[in-house]
Amino acid sequence: MRPGDTQPSAADAASSGPSRRRFLAAGAAAGAGAFAAGATGVALDRAGALHGSPTPTDHAGANGQRVVPFYGEHQAGVTARPGAFASFVALDLKRGVGRERLAAWMRLITDDAARLTQGSAALADVEPELAGTPAGLTVTVGFGSGFVTRARGQKPEWLAPLPAFTVDKLLDEWSGGDALFIVSADEPGTVAHALRMILKDSRSFATMRWRQDGFRRAYGSDPHGMTMRNMFGQVDGTANFRPGTADFDTAVWARPDAPSWLQGGTSFVLRRIGMDLDTWDAVDRVGRENTIGRRLDNGAPLTGTHEHDVLDLDAVDAHGLPVISSVAHARRAHVADPAKSMVRLGYNYEERSPAGSEALSRTGLLFGAWQANVTEQFVPIQRSLDEADLLNVWTTPVGSAVFAIPPGCREGGYLGQALLEG
Amino acid sequence: MFAMSRAALAAAKVPTRAALVAAIALTLAACSGGSSTSSDADSLTATDAWAKAADSGMTAAFGEISNTSDHDITIVSAVSSSATMVELHEVVDDVMRPVEGGFAIPAGGTLMLQPGGLHIMFMGVTTPIAAGDDVQVTLTLGDDSQFTLTAVAKDFSGANESYDGNANMDPGEGMDMSADPSMSPSATMGG
Repeated sequence: MRPGDTQPSAADAASSGPSRRRFLAAGAAAGAGAFAAGATGVALDRAGALHGSPTPTDHAGANGQRVVPFYGEHQAGVTARPGAFASFVALDLKRGVGRERLAAWMRLITDDAARLTQGSAALADVEPELAGTPAGLTVTVGFGSGFVTRARGQKPEWLAPLPAFTVDKLLDEWSGGDALFIVSADEPGTVAHALRMILKDSRSFATMRWRQDGFRRAYGSDPHGMTMRNMFGQVDGTANFRPGTADFDTAVWARPDAPSWLQGGTSFVLRRIGMDLDTWDAVDRVGRENTIGRRLDNGAPLTGTHEHDVLDLDAVDAHGLPVISSVAHARRAHVADPAKSMVRLGYNYEERSPAGSEALSRTGLLFGAWQANVTEQFVPIQRSLDEADLLNVWTTPVGSAVFAIPPGCREGGYLGQALLEG
Repeated sequence: MFAMSRAALAAAKVPTRAALVAAIALTLAACSGGSSTSSDADSLTATDAWAKAADSGMTAAFGEISNTSDHDITIVSAVSSSATMVELHEVVDDVMRPVEGGFAIPAGGTLMLQPGGLHIMFMGVTTPIAAGDDVQVTLTLGDDSQFTLTAVAKDFSGANESYDGNANMDPGEGMDMSADPSMSPSATMGG
């Protein structure tokens, strides 16, 4: 019913007019327009511009109506351009929620995601107007070890906590979880609304374990496709394969040895990595570039000039020392073989420092990684970094979680169906 | 649009025996009038059907029901295996009450069933309706044909309008524990 209407009669409700969704949207637009224009007595046009206003509406880069298709072989969030904002939420299953109830949950979540990502309100959405700006919304679902146990499904051997690393200072509050939702869009209100809808439809099944919110460059602030920067100022994620390439497919999609329900899916590791900006402040630019092995201005390897130039790990300087340090992050993380690489999904986070702390902020990176096999890809790279990486001086992993990412679904199906009905 | 299509697909059009007899009689008797043999149920489609999850007591189902025919169709009554009694309700002044004569859907029109408005009221939920469950409701139409729709249950905090005393229901039952019909400001009987 239209906002403001309180007593719909049978005659109001049974009309030959437009669908309820359009009805709601039109009512909202009319209501907002009436409110905004009420003071001056002028009308708004469809784009929201005030007629006669001296300030023109800024449409440059407007992308609120951008829609990422939901249905497909793979979950869209794995291959879509990451939204400027993301919420990563892990949940723990309630007692007694078994295989059948998991299927009911996934049907609800799939329906919510299918509607919201296309810019439509979810069923029983009490803030339907917030759904009208999808801004590239994606909703990605992951299953932790506990979920697969309850589903009585075959578990990939890597679906377990990562092996301990010496750099880790993991906290329970940022680790583990039976299920994962990644909600991402270029509009933070859209992320908040979609996540709330999904959490409302999760109340009967699970409780929140942790939530981690992150940001990348705001849409429009840089040309499409530019690699993000982390809060150390480094270009972050240069080595990522592009979706749709053979290398991406090799690195990401589950291999034939994975359980059949995971074919078309992948795995996701989320590490919460604290970055000590206050001690990093003391490092000069040469030190910063040597730490990473890349230039700060454009992310090029210290042996190259452009961001995507290949690392020359054999190059030496006039003193015979390696140009890219033997303990530089880029060298230690470098893997040539796509089958042993990961595709990273990074988001910055920044929060206030703990009460009483001298630190100016609690800042870091939500280091997400897609890979076909955690044991064969993520773990060896993390081991290499754990053994030696200059960056470890200023970074500390404080959270860690591993999830299986089921394949996408067709219209009429639901996420996780092969696991829950297989 | 998974639940929508699921509901639409599940919306079966089952003419009752009486309706079939009536339709045959009509066909035989009213050839001059050019009456169609299709039942009202054949002309309805349900989309976005959902119900409020409830362990017991009262709850309600919502959604859109469209009439694709060229004549008005009336939903006369409703039944569901999930509740001992199902009624067609409206909400007036935050109080819900049965709609006399049922729900009319104009030719080519759509009936909106939503919290705070018209809804299909369940009284005496027989087995808990959990989030994600499918709830079936069978509507009997003006021509006595029947239309069954499937509503997916969702956890929902709203739709707590108090019930305006129907003699057939337990006055202690509410749509949730916070809805106490005895606190209803209205003293008049519904319907």
